[in-house]
Amino acid sequence: MTLDYLLTLMTFCGIYSILALSLNILIGYAGQVSLGHAAFFGIGAYASAIFTVKLGFSYWVSLPLSILITAFFGFLLGLPSLRVKHDFLVLATIGMNFVVVSLFNYISFFGGPYGIVGIPRPSLFGHTLMTIGYFLYTLLWVILVILFVRYLTKKYVRYGFEAIKEDEWAAESIGVSVPRFKIYAFTIAGALAGLAGNLWAHQMGAIFPDNFSFPVSISILTMVVLGGIGTIIGPIVGAVLLTILPEILRFVQDYRMFIYGVIVVLLMLYQPSGLLGKKGILRRLVTR
Amino acid sequence: MFLQNLTNSLVLGSVYVLIAVGLTLVYGILRILHIAHAGIYAFGALMGLTLYKLTGNILVSMILSAALSGFLGILVYRYFYRKVLSESRIVPLVISIGLFVAMQDLYRLIWGPYKEAFSVNFNIPDIVTENLIITGDQIFIVLVTIISLVALYFIMNKTKWGKALKACADDLQMTGALGINIERTVMLGFFMGSFLAGLAGVLVGIYDNSVYPTMGEVPSYKAFVVVVLGGFGSLKGAVVAGFILAGAETFLVAWKGFLLPRDAIAFIAMILLLMFKPSGIFGRETG
Repeated sequence: MTLDYLLTLMTFCGIYSILALSLNILIGYAGQVSLGHAAFFGIGAYASAIFTVKLGFSYWVSLPLSILITAFFGFLLGLPSLRVKHDFLVLATIGMNFVVVSLFNYISFFGGPYGIVGIPRPSLFGHTLMTIGYFLYTLLWVILVILFVRYLTKKYVRYGFEAIKEDEWAAESIGVSVPRFKIYAFTIAGALAGLAGNLWAHQMGAIFPDNFSFPVSISILTMVVLGGIGTIIGPIVGAVLLTILPEILRFVQDYRMFIYGVIVVLLMLYQPSGLLGKKGILRRLVTR
Repeated sequence: MFLQNLTNSLVLGSVYVLIAVGLTLVYGILRILHIAHAGIYAFGALMGLTLYKLTGNILVSMILSAALSGFLGILVYRYFYRKVLSESRIVPLVISIGLFVAMQDLYRLIWGPYKEAFSVNFNIPDIVTENLIITGDQIFIVLVTIISLVALYFIMNKTKWGKALKACADDLQMTGALGINIERTVMLGFFMGSFLAGLAGVLVGIYDNSVYPTMGEVPSYKAFVVVVLGGFGSLKGAVVAGFILAGAETFLVAWKGFLLPRDAIAFIAMILLLMFKPSGIFGRETG
Protein backbone atom coordinates (compact mmCIF):
# COMPACT_ATOMS: atom_id res chain seq x y z
CA MET A 1 0.00 0.00 0.00
CA THR A 2 1.68 3.16 -1.14
CA LEU A 3 1.22 6.69 0.07
CA ASP A 4 -0.18 7.73 -3.31
CA TYR A 5 -2.87 5.08 -3.08
CA LEU A 6 -3.86 6.21 0.42
CA LEU A 7 -3.95 9.87 -0.54
CA THR A 8 -6.05 9.16 -3.62
CA LEU A 9 -8.45 7.07 -1.54
CA MET A 10 -8.71 9.91 0.98
CA THR A 11 -9.35 12.38 -1.82
CA PHE A 12 -12.30 10.24 -2.90
CA CYS A 13 -13.49 10.09 0.71
CA GLY A 14 -13.46 13.88 0.70
CA ILE A 15 -15.37 14.18 -2.58
CA TYR A 16 -18.01 11.70 -1.40
CA SER A 17 -18.27 13.51 1.93
CA ILE A 18 -19.19 16.70 0.09
CA LEU A 19 -21.74 14.77 -1.98
CA ALA A 20 -23.26 13.14 1.10
CA LEU A 21 -23.42 16.48 2.92
CA SER A 22 -25.16 18.07 -0.04
CA LEU A 23 -27.75 15.31 -0.26
CA ASN A 24 -28.20 15.60 3.49
CA ILE A 25 -29.34 19.19 3.05
CA LEU A 26 -32.19 17.87 0.92
CA ILE A 27 -33.08 14.81 2.99
CA GLY A 28 -32.01 15.77 6.48
CA TYR A 29 -32.97 19.43 6.58
CA ALA A 30 -35.71 19.79 4.01
CA GLY A 31 -37.13 16.25 4.09
CA GLN A 32 -37.00 15.87 0.30
CA VAL A 33 -35.74 12.39 -0.57
CA SER A 34 -33.85 12.40 -3.85
CA LEU A 35 -32.55 9.29 -5.57
CA GLY A 36 -31.10 11.23 -8.48
CA HIS A 37 -28.32 13.13 -6.81
CA ALA A 38 -25.71 11.75 -9.19
CA ALA A 39 -27.32 13.93 -11.87
CA PHE A 40 -26.06 17.09 -10.15
CA PHE A 41 -22.71 15.44 -9.54
CA GLY A 42 -22.52 14.71 -13.27
CA ILE A 43 -23.65 18.15 -14.37
CA GLY A 44 -20.90 19.72 -12.24
CA ALA A 45 -18.27 17.38 -13.65
CA TYR A 46 -19.37 17.81 -17.27
CA ALA A 47 -19.65 21.58 -16.95
CA SER A 48 -16.12 21.90 -15.63
CA ALA A 49 -14.77 19.42 -18.18
CA ILE A 50 -16.35 21.32 -21.07
CA PHE A 51 -15.09 24.68 -19.83
CA THR A 52 -11.51 23.50 -19.42
CA VAL A 53 -11.15 21.00 -22.27
CA LYS A 54 -13.46 22.31 -25.00
CA LEU A 55 -13.40 26.03 -24.29
CA GLY A 56 -9.90 26.23 -22.86
CA PHE A 57 -10.83 28.18 -19.73
CA SER A 58 -8.54 28.16 -16.71
CA TYR A 59 -9.57 25.88 -13.83
CA TRP A 60 -10.12 28.84 -11.54
CA VAL A 61 -12.63 30.31 -13.97
CA SER A 62 -14.42 27.05 -14.61
CA LEU A 63 -14.77 26.23 -10.89
CA PRO A 64 -17.23 29.03 -10.02
CA LEU A 65 -18.94 28.67 -13.39
CA SER A 66 -19.56 24.95 -12.93
CA ILE A 67 -20.89 25.52 -9.40
CA LEU A 68 -23.22 28.25 -10.66
CA ILE A 69 -24.48 26.03 -13.46
CA THR A 70 -25.27 23.14 -11.12
CA ALA A 71 -26.94 25.53 -8.69
CA PHE A 72 -29.12 26.65 -11.58
CA PHE A 73 -29.96 23.04 -12.47
CA GLY A 74 -30.67 22.37 -8.80
CA PHE A 75 -33.12 25.25 -8.90
CA LEU A 76 -34.64 23.97 -12.15
CA LEU A 77 -34.93 20.33 -11.12
CA GLY A 78 -36.20 21.46 -7.72
CA LEU A 79 -39.29 23.01 -9.31
CA PRO A 80 -41.09 19.64 -9.73
CA SER A 81 -40.72 19.07 -5.98
CA LEU A 82 -43.27 21.80 -5.44
CA ARG A 83 -45.87 19.58 -7.03
CA VAL A 84 -44.60 16.06 -6.54
CA LYS A 85 -44.24 14.59 -3.06
CA HIS A 86 -43.00 11.60 -1.07
CA ASP A 87 -42.46 8.40 -3.06
CA PHE A 88 -43.48 10.17 -6.25
CA LEU A 89 -40.63 12.61 -5.72
CA VAL A 90 -38.20 9.73 -5.18
CA LEU A 91 -39.24 8.27 -8.52
CA ALA A 92 -39.25 11.61 -10.32
CA THR A 93 -35.65 12.18 -9.19
CA ILE A 94 -34.66 8.68 -10.38
CA GLY A 95 -36.19 9.67 -13.70
CA MET A 96 -34.18 12.89 -13.88
CA ASN A 97 -31.01 10.93 -13.21
CA PHE A 98 -31.74 8.67 -16.17
CA VAL A 99 -32.67 11.49 -18.50
CA VAL A 100 -29.50 13.44 -17.63
CA VAL A 101 -27.26 10.39 -18.13
CA SER A 102 -28.91 9.52 -21.42
CA LEU A 103 -28.39 13.10 -22.64
CA PHE A 104 -24.67 12.74 -21.82
CA ASN A 105 -24.71 9.45 -23.70
CA TYR A 106 -26.60 10.54 -26.80
CA ILE A 107 -25.47 14.09 -27.50
CA SER A 108 -22.13 14.10 -29.27
CA PHE A 109 -21.18 17.48 -27.77
CA PHE A 110 -20.83 15.66 -24.44
CA GLY A 111 -18.60 13.02 -26.04
CA GLY A 112 -21.24 10.27 -25.99
CA PRO A 113 -20.20 7.02 -24.33
CA TYR A 114 -16.53 7.97 -24.73
CA GLY A 115 -16.97 10.87 -22.34
CA ILE A 116 -14.51 13.73 -22.08
CA VAL A 117 -10.83 13.01 -21.57
CA GLY A 118 -7.75 15.09 -20.87
CA ILE A 119 -9.25 17.18 -18.08
CA PRO A 120 -6.33 19.12 -16.58
CA ARG A 121 -5.35 19.25 -12.91
CA PRO A 122 -5.61 22.74 -11.43
CA SER A 123 -2.39 24.58 -10.79
CA LEU A 124 -1.62 27.03 -8.05
CA PHE A 125 1.24 29.56 -8.24
CA GLY A 126 2.70 27.67 -11.18
CA HIS A 127 2.57 24.27 -9.45
CA THR A 128 0.21 21.65 -10.76
CA LEU A 129 -1.69 20.04 -7.89
CA MET A 130 -0.67 16.39 -7.95
CA THR A 131 -1.59 13.68 -5.42
CA ILE A 132 -0.70 15.45 -2.15
CA GLY A 133 -1.63 18.90 -3.37
CA TYR A 134 -4.97 17.74 -4.72
CA PHE A 135 -5.74 15.89 -1.50
CA LEU A 136 -5.07 19.03 0.55
CA TYR A 137 -7.12 21.06 -1.90
CA THR A 138 -10.04 18.63 -1.54
CA LEU A 139 -9.65 18.64 2.23
CA LEU A 140 -9.85 22.43 2.22
CA TRP A 141 -13.14 22.23 0.36
CA VAL A 142 -14.50 19.60 2.76
CA ILE A 143 -13.75 21.92 5.69
CA LEU A 144 -15.33 24.89 3.91
CA VAL A 145 -18.45 22.84 3.12
CA ILE A 146 -18.72 21.68 6.73
CA LEU A 147 -18.47 25.27 7.94
CA PHE A 148 -21.07 26.32 5.39
CA VAL A 149 -23.50 23.57 6.45
CA ARG A 150 -22.97 24.50 10.10
CA TYR A 151 -23.72 28.09 9.25
CA LEU A 152 -26.90 26.96 7.49
CA THR A 153 -28.02 24.94 10.50
CA LYS A 154 -27.31 27.80 12.91
CA LYS A 155 -28.93 30.46 10.81
CA TYR A 156 -32.67 30.98 10.62
CA VAL A 157 -32.80 29.07 7.34
CA ARG A 158 -32.72 25.89 9.35
CA TYR A 159 -36.00 26.61 11.06
CA GLY A 160 -37.58 26.91 7.67
CA PHE A 161 -36.09 23.60 6.53
CA GLU A 162 -36.97 21.79 9.73
CA ALA A 163 -40.51 23.07 9.61
CA ILE A 164 -40.99 21.74 6.06
CA LYS A 165 -39.54 18.41 7.04
CA GLU A 166 -41.82 17.98 10.04
CA ASP A 167 -45.08 19.18 8.55
CA GLU A 168 -45.56 21.15 5.38
CA TRP A 169 -49.08 22.29 6.19
CA ALA A 170 -48.15 23.48 9.65
CA ALA A 171 -45.08 25.25 8.30
CA GLU A 172 -47.20 27.05 5.74
CA SER A 173 -49.73 28.07 8.36
CA ILE A 174 -47.13 29.79 10.55
CA GLY A 175 -45.86 31.74 7.58
CA VAL A 176 -42.90 29.69 6.37
CA SER A 177 -42.88 29.85 2.61
CA VAL A 178 -42.63 26.15 1.76
CA PRO A 179 -41.91 26.59 -1.96
CA ARG A 180 -39.12 29.05 -1.23
CA PHE A 181 -37.31 26.80 1.21
CA LYS A 182 -37.67 23.75 -1.01
CA ILE A 183 -36.12 25.66 -3.88
CA TYR A 184 -33.35 26.94 -1.58
CA ALA A 185 -32.60 23.38 -0.51
CA PHE A 186 -32.44 22.08 -4.08
CA THR A 187 -30.29 25.00 -5.25
CA ILE A 188 -27.78 24.69 -2.40
CA ALA A 189 -27.65 20.90 -2.68
CA GLY A 190 -27.15 21.23 -6.42
CA ALA A 191 -24.32 23.73 -6.00
CA LEU A 192 -22.47 21.53 -3.49
CA ALA A 193 -22.93 18.41 -5.63
CA GLY A 194 -21.59 20.46 -8.54
CA LEU A 195 -18.51 21.28 -6.49
CA ALA A 196 -18.04 17.57 -5.80
CA GLY A 197 -18.43 16.87 -9.52
CA ASN A 198 -15.81 19.49 -10.32
CA LEU A 199 -13.36 17.97 -7.84
CA TRP A 200 -14.05 14.49 -9.21
CA ALA A 201 -13.57 15.48 -12.86
CA HIS A 202 -10.19 17.12 -12.24
CA GLN A 203 -9.07 14.23 -10.05
CA MET A 204 -10.00 11.59 -12.62
CA GLY A 205 -8.88 13.43 -15.75
CA ALA A 206 -11.55 11.63 -17.75
CA ILE A 207 -15.29 11.33 -17.21
CA PHE A 208 -17.90 9.04 -18.71
CA PRO A 209 -21.70 9.08 -18.51
CA ASP A 210 -21.71 5.91 -16.41
CA ASN A 211 -19.79 7.66 -13.62
CA PHE A 212 -23.03 9.48 -12.80
CA SER A 213 -25.65 6.79 -13.29
CA PHE A 214 -28.39 5.62 -10.94
CA PRO A 215 -26.21 3.24 -8.84
CA VAL A 216 -24.09 6.25 -7.86
CA SER A 217 -27.20 8.03 -6.60
CA ILE A 218 -28.02 4.91 -4.62
CA SER A 219 -24.64 4.84 -2.93
CA ILE A 220 -24.81 8.55 -2.04
CA LEU A 221 -28.19 7.97 -0.41
CA THR A 222 -26.83 4.93 1.43
CA MET A 223 -23.95 7.02 2.81
CA VAL A 224 -26.34 9.60 4.24
CA VAL A 225 -28.75 7.07 5.73
CA LEU A 226 -26.07 4.79 7.17
CA GLY A 227 -24.23 7.69 8.77
CA GLY A 228 -27.27 9.37 10.23
CA ILE A 229 -29.76 11.62 8.47
CA GLY A 230 -29.81 15.23 9.58
CA THR A 231 -26.45 15.28 11.33
CA ILE A 232 -23.24 16.80 9.94
CA ILE A 233 -20.76 14.18 11.03
CA GLY A 234 -23.07 11.27 10.05
CA PRO A 235 -22.96 11.67 6.27
CA ILE A 236 -19.19 12.16 6.43
CA VAL A 237 -18.73 8.94 8.42
CA GLY A 238 -21.09 7.17 6.01
CA ALA A 239 -19.18 8.49 2.99
CA VAL A 240 -15.77 7.51 4.37
CA LEU A 241 -17.04 4.09 5.48
CA LEU A 242 -18.65 3.21 2.15
CA THR A 243 -15.68 4.52 0.15
CA ILE A 244 -13.16 2.53 2.16
CA LEU A 245 -15.30 -0.60 2.58
CA PRO A 246 -14.86 -1.95 -0.99
CA GLU A 247 -11.09 -1.37 -0.62
CA ILE A 248 -10.94 -3.25 2.69
CA LEU A 249 -12.99 -6.04 1.16
CA ARG A 250 -10.44 -6.52 -1.63
CA PHE A 251 -9.11 -9.61 0.12
CA VAL A 252 -12.46 -11.30 -0.45
CA GLN A 253 -12.39 -10.11 -4.07
CA ASP A 254 -15.00 -12.51 -5.34
CA TYR A 255 -17.56 -11.92 -2.59
CA ARG A 256 -17.07 -8.17 -2.39
CA MET A 257 -20.43 -6.86 -3.55
CA PHE A 258 -22.26 -9.61 -1.69
CA ILE A 259 -20.61 -8.69 1.62
CA TYR A 260 -21.10 -5.00 0.88
CA GLY A 261 -24.83 -5.56 0.40
CA VAL A 262 -25.08 -7.71 3.53
CA ILE A 263 -23.27 -5.08 5.64
CA VAL A 264 -25.61 -2.35 4.40
CA VAL A 265 -28.67 -4.49 5.21
CA LEU A 266 -27.42 -5.48 8.67
CA LEU A 267 -26.42 -1.94 9.61
CA MET A 268 -29.85 -0.69 8.58
CA LEU A 269 -31.65 -3.49 10.43
CA TYR A 270 -29.82 -2.88 13.69
CA GLN A 271 -29.01 0.82 13.36
CA PRO A 272 -32.09 2.18 11.60
CA SER A 273 -31.40 5.79 12.60
CA GLY A 274 -27.85 5.59 11.28
CA LEU A 275 -24.54 5.10 13.08
CA LEU A 276 -24.61 8.68 14.33
CA GLY A 277 -28.35 9.18 14.41
CA LYS A 278 -30.54 9.41 17.48
CA LYS A 279 -29.98 5.83 18.64
CA GLY A 280 -26.73 5.11 16.82
CA ILE A 281 -23.90 3.27 18.56
CA LEU A 282 -21.22 5.66 17.39
CA ARG A 283 -23.17 8.58 18.74
CA ARG A 284 -23.40 6.91 22.14
CA LEU A 285 -19.63 6.38 22.09
CA VAL A 286 -19.04 10.02 21.26
CA THR A 287 -21.48 11.56 23.68
CA ARG A 288 -20.64 9.39 26.66
CA MET B 1 -45.29 -2.67 -39.83
CA PHE B 2 -48.04 -1.21 -37.66
CA LEU B 3 -49.47 -4.63 -36.86
CA GLN B 4 -46.02 -5.98 -36.07
CA ASN B 5 -45.32 -3.10 -33.69
CA LEU B 6 -48.68 -3.63 -32.07
CA THR B 7 -47.94 -7.31 -31.51
CA ASN B 8 -44.52 -6.53 -30.07
CA SER B 9 -46.03 -3.93 -27.74
CA LEU B 10 -48.58 -6.45 -26.55
CA VAL B 11 -45.86 -8.98 -25.67
CA LEU B 12 -43.56 -6.42 -24.05
CA GLY B 13 -46.54 -4.94 -22.22
CA SER B 14 -47.49 -8.38 -20.85
CA VAL B 15 -44.13 -8.68 -19.15
CA TYR B 16 -44.23 -5.11 -17.80
CA VAL B 17 -47.70 -5.74 -16.44
CA LEU B 18 -46.73 -8.95 -14.63
CA ILE B 19 -43.77 -7.30 -12.89
CA ALA B 20 -45.62 -4.09 -12.10
CA VAL B 21 -48.78 -5.78 -10.81
CA GLY B 22 -46.66 -7.82 -8.40
CA LEU B 23 -44.89 -4.71 -7.22
CA THR B 24 -48.20 -2.87 -6.84
CA LEU B 25 -49.54 -5.63 -4.57
CA VAL B 26 -46.57 -5.20 -2.24
CA TYR B 27 -46.49 -1.43 -2.43
CA GLY B 28 -50.23 -1.17 -1.91
CA ILE B 29 -50.01 -2.83 1.49
CA LEU B 30 -46.74 -1.71 3.05
CA ARG B 31 -45.86 1.41 1.05
CA ILE B 32 -42.25 0.21 0.69
CA LEU B 33 -40.20 1.10 -2.39
CA HIS B 34 -39.36 -2.56 -2.91
CA ILE B 35 -36.30 -2.46 -5.21
CA ALA B 36 -35.48 -6.08 -4.29
CA HIS B 37 -38.58 -7.10 -6.26
CA ALA B 38 -36.30 -7.13 -9.32
CA GLY B 39 -33.94 -9.45 -7.44
CA ILE B 40 -36.83 -11.88 -7.02
CA TYR B 41 -37.61 -11.54 -10.71
CA ALA B 42 -34.04 -12.52 -11.62
CA PHE B 43 -34.25 -15.42 -9.16
CA GLY B 44 -37.38 -16.63 -10.93
CA ALA B 45 -35.61 -16.64 -14.29
CA LEU B 46 -32.44 -18.38 -13.05
CA MET B 47 -34.38 -20.95 -11.03
CA GLY B 48 -36.74 -21.52 -13.94
CA LEU B 49 -33.86 -22.39 -16.25
CA THR B 50 -32.27 -24.72 -13.67
CA LEU B 51 -35.57 -26.53 -13.13
CA TYR B 52 -36.19 -26.70 -16.87
CA LYS B 53 -32.83 -28.38 -17.36
CA LEU B 54 -33.74 -30.88 -14.64
CA THR B 55 -37.32 -31.65 -15.59
CA GLY B 56 -37.54 -30.76 -19.27
CA ASN B 57 -41.10 -29.58 -18.74
CA ILE B 58 -41.55 -25.82 -19.08
CA LEU B 59 -44.96 -25.55 -17.41
CA VAL B 60 -43.86 -27.47 -14.31
CA SER B 61 -40.58 -25.60 -13.98
CA MET B 62 -42.23 -22.22 -14.56
CA ILE B 63 -44.87 -22.71 -11.89
CA LEU B 64 -42.42 -24.28 -9.44
CA SER B 65 -39.93 -21.46 -9.96
CA ALA B 66 -42.65 -18.84 -9.48
CA ALA B 67 -43.76 -20.55 -6.27
CA LEU B 68 -40.18 -20.57 -4.96
CA SER B 69 -39.94 -16.88 -5.85
CA GLY B 70 -43.11 -16.37 -3.85
CA PHE B 71 -41.53 -17.98 -0.78
CA LEU B 72 -38.42 -15.85 -1.29
CA GLY B 73 -40.72 -12.83 -1.18
CA ILE B 74 -42.17 -14.01 2.14
CA LEU B 75 -38.65 -14.43 3.54
CA VAL B 76 -37.72 -10.91 2.47
CA TYR B 77 -40.76 -9.55 4.27
CA ARG B 78 -40.39 -11.57 7.45
CA TYR B 79 -36.69 -11.18 8.04
CA PHE B 80 -35.95 -7.78 6.56
CA TYR B 81 -38.94 -5.49 6.24
CA ARG B 82 -41.07 -6.42 9.23
CA LYS B 83 -38.53 -5.17 11.75
CA VAL B 84 -38.25 -1.68 10.30
CA LEU B 85 -41.83 -0.89 9.34
CA SER B 86 -42.13 1.70 12.11
CA GLU B 87 -38.90 3.47 11.10
CA SER B 88 -38.56 6.32 8.65
CA ARG B 89 -39.58 5.25 5.13
CA ILE B 90 -36.02 5.62 3.88
CA VAL B 91 -34.84 2.72 6.05
CA PRO B 92 -36.73 -0.07 4.26
CA LEU B 93 -35.73 1.56 0.96
CA VAL B 94 -32.03 1.34 1.80
CA ILE B 95 -32.46 -2.20 3.11
CA SER B 96 -34.17 -3.11 -0.13
CA ILE B 97 -31.29 -1.63 -2.14
CA GLY B 98 -28.72 -3.52 -0.04
CA LEU B 99 -30.70 -6.73 -0.47
CA PHE B 100 -30.84 -6.25 -4.21
CA VAL B 101 -27.05 -5.75 -4.41
CA ALA B 102 -26.40 -8.81 -2.24
CA MET B 103 -28.92 -10.94 -4.16
CA GLN B 104 -27.40 -10.13 -7.55
CA ASP B 105 -23.94 -11.02 -6.35
CA LEU B 106 -25.16 -14.21 -4.70
CA TYR B 107 -26.75 -15.30 -7.99
CA ARG B 108 -23.44 -14.62 -9.74
CA LEU B 109 -21.67 -16.85 -7.23
CA ILE B 110 -24.23 -19.63 -7.62
CA TRP B 111 -25.06 -19.51 -11.32
CA GLY B 112 -21.92 -17.87 -12.72
CA PRO B 113 -21.63 -14.46 -14.38
CA TYR B 114 -22.44 -15.48 -17.94
CA LYS B 115 -25.57 -15.21 -20.00
CA GLU B 116 -27.20 -18.56 -20.47
CA ALA B 117 -29.55 -19.45 -23.28
CA PHE B 118 -33.10 -20.38 -22.32
CA SER B 119 -34.56 -21.90 -25.44
CA VAL B 120 -37.81 -23.75 -25.12
CA ASN B 121 -39.57 -25.44 -27.96
CA PHE B 122 -43.29 -24.90 -27.60
CA ASN B 123 -45.77 -26.90 -29.55
CA ILE B 124 -47.32 -23.64 -30.62
CA PRO B 125 -46.84 -22.92 -34.33
CA ASP B 126 -45.54 -19.54 -35.43
CA ILE B 127 -48.05 -17.44 -37.30
CA VAL B 128 -46.39 -16.00 -40.37
CA THR B 129 -48.24 -13.80 -42.83
CA GLU B 130 -47.09 -11.28 -45.39
CA ASN B 131 -46.48 -8.43 -42.99
CA LEU B 132 -46.84 -10.00 -39.56
CA ILE B 133 -44.87 -12.64 -37.68
CA ILE B 134 -46.10 -13.94 -34.35
CA THR B 135 -43.81 -16.53 -32.81
CA GLY B 136 -44.81 -19.37 -30.53
CA ASP B 137 -43.02 -17.75 -27.56
CA GLN B 138 -45.01 -14.57 -28.05
CA ILE B 139 -48.30 -16.46 -28.00
CA PHE B 140 -47.18 -18.35 -24.90
CA ILE B 141 -46.23 -15.14 -23.05
CA VAL B 142 -49.50 -13.41 -23.80
CA LEU B 143 -51.49 -16.52 -22.84
CA VAL B 144 -49.68 -16.91 -19.50
CA THR B 145 -50.21 -13.22 -18.76
CA ILE B 146 -53.92 -13.37 -19.53
CA ILE B 147 -54.39 -16.47 -17.37
CA SER B 148 -52.45 -14.89 -14.47
CA LEU B 149 -54.39 -11.64 -14.65
CA VAL B 150 -57.73 -13.45 -14.74
CA ALA B 151 -56.66 -15.57 -11.78
CA LEU B 152 -55.51 -12.46 -9.92
CA TYR B 153 -58.80 -10.71 -10.65
CA PHE B 154 -60.68 -13.71 -9.33
CA ILE B 155 -58.56 -13.93 -6.16
CA MET B 156 -58.78 -10.22 -5.42
CA ASN B 157 -62.51 -9.89 -5.97
CA LYS B 158 -64.10 -13.24 -5.17
CA THR B 159 -62.12 -14.71 -2.28
CA LYS B 160 -61.82 -13.78 1.39
CA TRP B 161 -58.04 -13.51 1.03
CA GLY B 162 -58.30 -11.02 -1.79
CA LYS B 163 -60.79 -8.90 0.10
CA ALA B 164 -58.52 -8.96 3.15
CA LEU B 165 -55.65 -7.81 0.93
CA LYS B 166 -57.69 -4.94 -0.43
CA ALA B 167 -58.75 -3.97 3.07
CA CYS B 168 -55.11 -3.98 4.23
CA ALA B 169 -54.10 -1.80 1.31
CA ASP B 170 -56.81 0.63 2.36
CA ASP B 171 -55.92 0.88 6.03
CA LEU B 172 -53.58 -1.63 7.64
CA GLN B 173 -54.26 -0.80 11.28
CA MET B 174 -58.01 -0.51 10.92
CA THR B 175 -58.14 -3.87 9.17
CA GLY B 176 -56.19 -5.40 12.04
CA ALA B 177 -58.58 -3.88 14.54
CA LEU B 178 -61.48 -5.51 12.71
CA GLY B 179 -60.00 -8.93 13.43
CA ILE B 180 -58.25 -9.82 10.19
CA ASN B 181 -54.89 -11.54 10.55
CA ILE B 182 -52.69 -8.82 9.07
CA GLU B 183 -49.50 -10.81 9.32
CA ARG B 184 -50.87 -13.62 7.17
CA THR B 185 -52.46 -11.22 4.71
CA VAL B 186 -49.24 -9.27 4.20
CA MET B 187 -47.36 -12.53 3.65
CA LEU B 188 -49.97 -13.54 1.11
CA GLY B 189 -49.50 -10.20 -0.67
CA PHE B 190 -45.76 -10.74 -0.79
CA PHE B 191 -46.23 -14.31 -2.00
CA MET B 192 -48.54 -13.35 -4.84
CA GLY B 193 -46.48 -10.32 -5.86
CA SER B 194 -43.25 -12.31 -5.88
CA PHE B 195 -44.94 -15.23 -7.64
CA LEU B 196 -45.84 -12.90 -10.51
CA ALA B 197 -42.29 -11.47 -10.54
CA GLY B 198 -40.82 -14.98 -10.80
CA LEU B 199 -43.25 -15.81 -13.58
CA ALA B 200 -42.25 -12.66 -15.45
CA GLY B 201 -38.59 -13.62 -15.00
CA VAL B 202 -39.12 -16.98 -16.67
CA LEU B 203 -41.11 -15.42 -19.52
CA VAL B 204 -38.50 -12.73 -20.21
CA GLY B 205 -35.76 -15.38 -20.07
CA ILE B 206 -37.57 -17.41 -22.74
CA TYR B 207 -38.42 -14.38 -24.87
CA ASP B 208 -34.88 -12.93 -24.89
CA ASN B 209 -33.43 -16.44 -24.90
CA SER B 210 -31.00 -15.41 -22.18
CA VAL B 211 -30.85 -15.50 -18.42
CA TYR B 212 -28.16 -13.85 -16.28
CA PRO B 213 -27.64 -12.67 -12.67
CA THR B 214 -27.96 -8.93 -13.35
CA MET B 215 -31.08 -9.17 -15.52
CA GLY B 216 -33.04 -7.43 -12.77
CA GLU B 217 -31.16 -4.17 -13.14
CA VAL B 218 -33.43 -2.48 -15.66
CA PRO B 219 -36.71 -3.78 -14.17
CA SER B 220 -35.60 -2.61 -10.70
CA TYR B 221 -36.47 0.97 -11.55
CA LYS B 222 -38.59 0.58 -14.64
CA ALA B 223 -41.23 -1.44 -12.83
CA PHE B 224 -41.71 1.59 -10.59
CA VAL B 225 -42.33 3.78 -13.61
CA VAL B 226 -45.24 1.53 -14.56
CA VAL B 227 -46.50 1.52 -10.98
CA VAL B 228 -46.33 5.33 -10.81
CA LEU B 229 -47.95 5.83 -14.21
CA GLY B 230 -50.79 3.58 -13.11
CA GLY B 231 -51.25 5.43 -9.84
CA PHE B 232 -49.34 4.00 -6.89
CA GLY B 233 -51.17 1.00 -5.54
CA SER B 234 -53.80 0.68 -8.26
CA LEU B 235 -53.81 -2.79 -9.87
CA LYS B 236 -56.04 -1.76 -12.77
CA GLY B 237 -53.79 1.25 -13.35
CA ALA B 238 -50.66 -0.91 -13.43
CA VAL B 239 -52.19 -3.12 -16.14
CA VAL B 240 -53.23 -0.19 -18.31
CA ALA B 241 -49.97 1.69 -17.77
CA GLY B 242 -47.86 -1.39 -18.58
CA PHE B 243 -49.47 -1.76 -22.00
CA ILE B 244 -49.44 1.99 -22.73
CA LEU B 245 -45.75 2.27 -21.83
CA ALA B 246 -44.81 -0.76 -23.94
CA GLY B 247 -46.75 0.68 -26.86
CA ALA B 248 -45.17 4.12 -26.52
CA GLU B 249 -41.67 2.61 -26.32
CA THR B 250 -42.12 0.26 -29.25
CA PHE B 251 -43.60 2.87 -31.56
CA LEU B 252 -41.20 5.66 -30.60
CA VAL B 253 -38.14 3.42 -31.03
CA ALA B 254 -39.47 2.24 -34.40
CA TRP B 255 -39.89 5.88 -35.43
CA LYS B 256 -36.39 6.75 -36.57
CA GLY B 257 -36.48 10.43 -35.70
CA PHE B 258 -36.51 9.75 -31.98
CA LEU B 259 -33.22 10.57 -30.36
CA LEU B 260 -33.35 9.18 -26.84
CA PRO B 261 -33.04 5.55 -25.75
CA ARG B 262 -35.93 3.41 -24.56
CA ASP B 263 -35.53 3.91 -20.86
CA ALA B 264 -35.47 7.68 -21.16
CA ILE B 265 -38.88 7.55 -22.88
CA ALA B 266 -40.36 5.82 -19.86
CA PHE B 267 -38.93 8.37 -17.49
CA ILE B 268 -39.89 11.40 -19.53
CA ALA B 269 -43.44 10.04 -19.71
CA MET B 270 -43.40 9.56 -15.95
CA ILE B 271 -42.06 13.01 -15.12
CA LEU B 272 -44.57 14.68 -17.46
CA LEU B 273 -47.44 12.71 -15.96
CA LEU B 274 -46.33 13.50 -12.42
CA MET B 275 -46.23 17.20 -13.24
CA PHE B 276 -49.77 17.27 -14.57
CA LYS B 277 -51.45 14.59 -12.49
CA PRO B 278 -49.26 13.75 -9.50
CA SER B 279 -51.41 10.80 -8.48
CA GLY B 280 -51.06 8.77 -11.70
CA ILE B 281 -53.61 7.67 -14.29
CA PHE B 282 -55.84 5.76 -11.88
CA GLY B 283 -54.57 7.21 -8.61
CA ARG B 284 -56.73 8.71 -5.96
CA GLU B 285 -55.97 12.28 -5.04
CA THR B 286 -55.06 11.49 -1.45
CA GLY B 287 -53.01 8.60 -0.28
